[in-house]
Amino acid sequence: MSRNPYVRPMSKTTWFMRNGRYKVYVLREMSSFLVTFYSFLTIYALKVLSSDSPDQWFAFLASQQSVAMMIFHALALLYFLFYQTFPWFKLAPKAMPVQLGEKKLPDTYIIVGHYVVWLIATLFILWLAGAF
Amino acid sequence: MAIAKKAVVWGLFAAGGTLTAFVIPALIAIFLLIATGNVPDGLQFDQIHNFAASWLGKACLFVVLFLSLWHAAHRLRVVAHDFGIRKDALVANVLYGAATIGSILTAFYLLTIG
Repeated sequence: MSRNPYVRPMSKTTWFMRNGRYKVYVLREMSSFLVTFYSFLTIYALKVLSSDSPDQWFAFLASQQSVAMMIFHALALLYFLFYQTFPWFKLAPKAMPVQLGEKKLPDTYIIVGHYVVWLIATLFILWLAGAF
Repeated sequence: MAIAKKAVVWGLFAAGGTLTAFVIPALIAIFLLIATGNVPDGLQFDQIHNFAASWLGKACLFVVLFLSLWHAAHRLRVVAHDFGIRKDALVANVLYGAATIGSILTAFYLLTIG
């Protein structure tokens, strides 16, 4: 390293605002906060469940019912789908290319395959939860 | 050793990314249903308790929560670096530590549900 390395002046907090790709990248990575939030919310639900008390479980469900939480969950769902789930499917052929002899499986097949599996998995989980 | 550790961290990250992409939207949708007051039948005490008491249910819940926590921790570690926090060892300890605590709590509560 040279004795006087040139350090490009850059804001530590707003650097990604300069470029559309950086914005998408940061918005995508921020979805990790949602994963953490919903993981710990679910762990808390398990804690309530482990108390073995139907009353406490009912109180927990009741405590989750509010307009604010409704709006939060709805926005979180949209955010997560458009900044994590769908981009993840889009990059799947690059992360996991499928080689067939000399040729590669076309990207579209892999991407569409992910959407199909996702749709089935989502419907299965919601069915398991008794949503319909 | 460094390579072996990296492979483990990377493997958990990739598995967690795929799993969260597929499963978290459904999880959020379930909490959305609860928030609107339309609690699905499967979340009434007896049903969800039976599910979490079964070994298959325990395994599913643990794998989803464990991988989600590790995936998010690993990604937030990189985010911290991107936003100019250069104390990587500290950040890694805090985030992986939180993921470990979350995983242990998950296992503990699941084993308590009989």
